[in-house]
Amino acid sequence: MSTMTLNAGPAAAVGDSTAEQNLVNTKADIKTVGSPFCDDAKLRMRNVNVFYGETQAIHDVSLDIGRNQVVAMIGPSGCGKSTFLRCLNRMNDTIEGCRVEGELSLDGDPIYGAKVDVVPLRARVGMVFQKPNPFPKSIYDNVAYGPKIHGIASRRAELDEIVENSLRRAGLWNEVKDRLDKPGTGLSGGQQQRLCIARAIAVSPEVILMDEPCSALDPIATARIEELIDELRENYTIAIVTHSMQQAARVSQRTAYFHLGKLVEVNDTETVFTNPEHELTEAYITGRFG
Amino acid sequence: MTDLTQTNLTQKQVRERIAARLASRHRKEKIFRGFGIASIAFGVLAVLVLFTDIISKGSSAFVQSQIQLQVNYDPAELGIDKVDQESLAWANFDGVIRNALRERFPDVTGRSEKRELYSLVSSGAGFDLRERLQNNPELLGQSETVWVNADDDVDTYVKSLSKSKDGFLGRTSEQKAVWINALRDSGELKKRFNKTFFTNGDSREPEQAGIRAALVGSLFTLLVTLVLSFPIGVAAAIYLEEFAPKNRWTDLIEVNINNLAAVPSIVFGLLGLAIFINFFELPRSAPLVGGLVLTLMTLPTIIISSRASLKSVPPSIREAAMGMGASRMQVVLHHVLPLAMPGMLTGAIIGMAQALGETAPLLMIGMVAFIVDVPHGITDPSTVLPVQIFLWADSPERAFVERTSAAIMVLLAVLITMNTCAVWLRKKLERRW
Repeated sequence: MSTMTLNAGPAAAVGDSTAEQNLVNTKADIKTVGSPFCDDAKLRMRNVNVFYGETQAIHDVSLDIGRNQVVAMIGPSGCGKSTFLRCLNRMNDTIEGCRVEGELSLDGDPIYGAKVDVVPLRARVGMVFQKPNPFPKSIYDNVAYGPKIHGIASRRAELDEIVENSLRRAGLWNEVKDRLDKPGTGLSGGQQQRLCIARAIAVSPEVILMDEPCSALDPIATARIEELIDELRENYTIAIVTHSMQQAARVSQRTAYFHLGKLVEVNDTETVFTNPEHELTEAYITGRFG
Repeated sequence: MTDLTQTNLTQKQVRERIAARLASRHRKEKIFRGFGIASIAFGVLAVLVLFTDIISKGSSAFVQSQIQLQVNYDPAELGIDKVDQESLAWANFDGVIRNALRERFPDVTGRSEKRELYSLVSSGAGFDLRERLQNNPELLGQSETVWVNADDDVDTYVKSLSKSKDGFLGRTSEQKAVWINALRDSGELKKRFNKTFFTNGDSREPEQAGIRAALVGSLFTLLVTLVLSFPIGVAAAIYLEEFAPKNRWTDLIEVNINNLAAVPSIVFGLLGLAIFINFFELPRSAPLVGGLVLTLMTLPTIIISSRASLKSVPPSIREAAMGMGASRMQVVLHHVLPLAMPGMLTGAIIGMAQALGETAPLLMIGMVAFIVDVPHGITDPSTVLPVQIFLWADSPERAFVERTSAAIMVLLAVLITMNTCAVWLRKKLERRW
């Protein structure tokens, strides 16, 4: 996993205290503290273990993501938060030697299993990646791609409508409405990422997964995306991985802190940032390691 | 932390150390660039020498000495009374030409002198007259002025005259040279565009030999190769790269494909002989079998280059499409393949160019046979350009020397055309990132 350390400052402060080193490197059993479960869960994950070949990347994680909620996943690099996120729409399937154990369900429907078809699953659980990755096609075709492959629009007019609505909801319509036939790769980084969000919501997913969506963007584009996430919450359930604790604090309702493949703490975002229960969480958010 | 701070060097010492090595660093760069320029210059020089040599030797093959004759399609001499297929086949056109020659040089008497005179004109000239009469039946009994091909010895002598004053007589007798010069002076012997070279197949007589049969044979063979090897190669590459599990079996297959690319081409020829001709009993010397053999030879090239270009498609595009819920097939067809296509085409063209120049395996399946007719399909016996070059280079007649070079020029022209098409296609298909 590459790290775009927007919060890289505290890294230099690490080191002197052996007590803190022990804290960071602790292999002791970490029990999840806080409130990982909720009543109205959109996504339920129970005892999830993920292996890359022999290495275990995720240890026994249980977590609920509530309906129309933004859950932020934070933690130091290599803690497994992206791996965990990618389990939710089975993007890990493409990685050679990756094995996922545990129960994961979306609205009660299992996510893993021999009978589960990933194609409709991924239509229900959309994804936005770290680096904006529009297709090398026109802006229109980028947004229309999902509806086309899933056969959502029956007429051209309907497709036009879906494209316009998606771009409007992603806050990009006014900027691109006159150049829909121009390549999506010609947009600025922030616009490209919003195009990717428009592309994801064009198939009306229920959940949107965001893997550090702002790490390649400047502060203004980041602010724009954060606003957008807040607006999208009305209609979608969002799970976001971020390295920026400020971002987690700004956009999420609940925050999950991961450490060395274990889920350390899940709580309301406010609680995590003002009054963390676990000493590891506190150490991380106060910048004692990162 | 770097070594700098640990060894406690002052800034000044660091600067000095850098400066001390600067000259040698720049020198190394210059040497490296010099090597690069030298190797490019060598390459360009080699190409220039090759082209000059071939063009200087071969360009004269595009003209051919022709003799103007006043021929009389005399029914009595021809031995026919009407123009139809059967009578034309038997008609004595050589007699007509001999008459015309005797009329032009009435002083010539004596058997051997006459035979010498008749050999001024190509032995194939009669066929040209027959064709002419067949197309214009009303000429029977009429007289007309025609240009007929001169014999190859005459042609060689005439062409050598432009290089030296006396020219190269070779098999041409002094007497013949006198006639030739007489004809030249009166404008009845001229070097004209050698149409025969582009319309005829191979022949034992250089002045009647043409490149057409080999060119058409090459095109048919390449067509078969392309139609078979491109889809098979691309499909294999896509399967191995995008769908196949990575295990011992696919590793083994990969190693074998790489090995196959290094197998000497003559082995493929033997394989084709054993399997396609002996076992499946496909026709010998046919472009179909040639194409099949060249397919075997080209496949590894296409598979390897296609896999390389599939690998170079950024994974982010795959992830994006997969994240949208595209099936694996859709990811490949909609996104990966269009991006990989330019690279695949380049690989295919390299493979085709290799196949176009391949000789050895085709010798094994009989495409080296002496074939006069232009093939009309992929099962007709035929030969290909490189084999034709090989055959001509092997022929003793002096006039075949220039034809060999001319055939090489045609082969190079086909190659350049193919490469141009490839570059154009790639430019057209390449998507801006």
